[in-house]
Amino acid sequence: MRLSTEERAMRDGDGGDAVAAAMDLLIRYGEGLGAERLCAVKNVAGTTTQPTPAKTQLLREGGWAKAFAVTSLDCDRDVEIPPMRVPTCQLQQGFSADALQITPYNPHLVELQEGAEAFATDRGINILATCTPYQVGNLPVFGEHIAWMESSAVVYANSVLGARSNCEGTTSTGAASLTGRIPYWGNHLAENRYGTHHIDVRYPVRSFQDWGLLGYFSGGLVQEERPVLTGDLADVDSEKLKHLGAAMATSGGVEIFHLPGVTPEASTLEAAFGGRDVPDSVPYTDAERRSAYERLNSNGSSEDVDFILLGCPHASLNQMREIADLLDGKTLNPGTELWVMTPRALRSVAERNGYVAAIQRAGGKVLTDSCPAMSRVAPEGTRVFATDSAKQAHYLPAILGIEAWFGTTRECVEAAISGRWRGELR
Amino acid sequence: MSRTTERNELAHDSASRAAPRLVLTGRGIVPGRAEARALVTTQTISGWGGIDPSTGTVIEKQHELEGISFAGRILVFPGAKGSSGWSGFFQSSRLLGSPPAAMLFTTVTTKAVLGAVVTRCPTVIELDGDPVALIRTDDWVEVDGDRGRVSVFDAAPTGAGGGAGEGVRVL
Repeated sequence: MRLSTEERAMRDGDGGDAVAAAMDLLIRYGEGLGAERLCAVKNVAGTTTQPTPAKTQLLREGGWAKAFAVTSLDCDRDVEIPPMRVPTCQLQQGFSADALQITPYNPHLVELQEGAEAFATDRGINILATCTPYQVGNLPVFGEHIAWMESSAVVYANSVLGARSNCEGTTSTGAASLTGRIPYWGNHLAENRYGTHHIDVRYPVRSFQDWGLLGYFSGGLVQEERPVLTGDLADVDSEKLKHLGAAMATSGGVEIFHLPGVTPEASTLEAAFGGRDVPDSVPYTDAERRSAYERLNSNGSSEDVDFILLGCPHASLNQMREIADLLDGKTLNPGTELWVMTPRALRSVAERNGYVAAIQRAGGKVLTDSCPAMSRVAPEGTRVFATDSAKQAHYLPAILGIEAWFGTTRECVEAAISGRWRGELR
Repeated sequence: MSRTTERNELAHDSASRAAPRLVLTGRGIVPGRAEARALVTTQTISGWGGIDPSTGTVIEKQHELEGISFAGRILVFPGAKGSSGWSGFFQSSRLLGSPPAAMLFTTVTTKAVLGAVVTRCPTVIELDGDPVALIRTDDWVEVDGDRGRVSVFDAAPTGAGGGAGEGVRVL
């Protein structure tokens, strides 16, 4: 891999041992990919604070610096960790102390994370603590090269914002934050961003649920490739694009999609394919929609629902308002818990607007920083849960061993009130 | 930047061994040499939510390797899927003592390449034949990450100890 003078100096220790270790990791990684060079980034979204068994062991051996060196730089040497070289944020992490009264989360893990957070903030890492940094002020500009983790955030950044990121990992984002570099490969190059598959949407897609089902179908179809969606699509908004991309990155590994006329790199169908031949389209009809719905509901059998989860990816203010409105004047079933996940920054606005109080009056809980999949925790005794998120319906049965129902936001709130799952595909 | 992987390197006694059934060549992306029995899957693997790094066991529901550990095996798979936590989970399998002996995969993605790099097990990609189709579970495989060479044998060499169940934990 070709290195600039500045990059060679970083590799050789001019920026200190941690920067040299970061450059060593980027070189091993970049050469593994077959990248010709690195590119400059000034926006890194990674994760260094969430507690893990490996980190617990490393902390005992050599404190937070050791844990950071190994898990964020893949470096075995004892190195001093300097401030981050470029703006860096922490994505979702484990639950924090404010969740201890609400969730059966281990207080020891909260304590561990507080230590990691203090170490990170001392070095300039902004604790956004959300899977949706783009909802709380981290908005890269069109064409900007960035280094992000979190599959649902990466697909949003590439597709909706037109920024350029691969799906990075803990060590590559750690190394990027100390060097301002990432391998120039994959989604960073224009020719790798054009569509590969054309999906012709024949069933009318309007609702939040339908945008999620379309995403779940599309990801399963194209796997790691790049779908272009045209046809009977309307009423699009940022929440629906967030759901669409998160579902694609769950059933497949989609990192970029195009909606001609909506997303910025596809003014037309032809532009979405970069002027190459548009491939034969694959139809999305009611049959594909039903099949996606059935797959997402294949882990549900009991209609007695213990737990409702909303806000995956983390809820926007509009979603918080919708949930608050649906709960207005209602009371949750005594045996059913409702958790709404949102970024802490949006929670403070939602408090100001009265949405949090409205959800709490009905008996619901508003949580931040994390989610049941990330923190591997649900209300005590949960056997059956329901969600409006294709991503959580897919992952949570494997992670927590519970049954799942996938439906609309309204069906989920109604199940929280009645304790019974009555969802169906209309 | 060269980093040798010593922990997985086994004594190689070419004199006591039959010729390989198959030799594949490709690009070594993690240096070092390892040989062990293969564990092959035709399904992509999830890191986060898909493996238990403390035992190297695949935990994804309905995965064909569910309940089987890749610890100490040559892990042969088509590619990585799911969360960006993939590499962190595979790095953890090394830190917690249960990494694969080597990796061979078909589809080159950031998740799988970074995962191989931080797991530090010899890895060869861009092979001149699809390893998932050509290698069978329990074949004896030597992965040479320095030379980008993979040798596949029908049986373990004498004395290498490749008996059934060795290196595998079925939960």
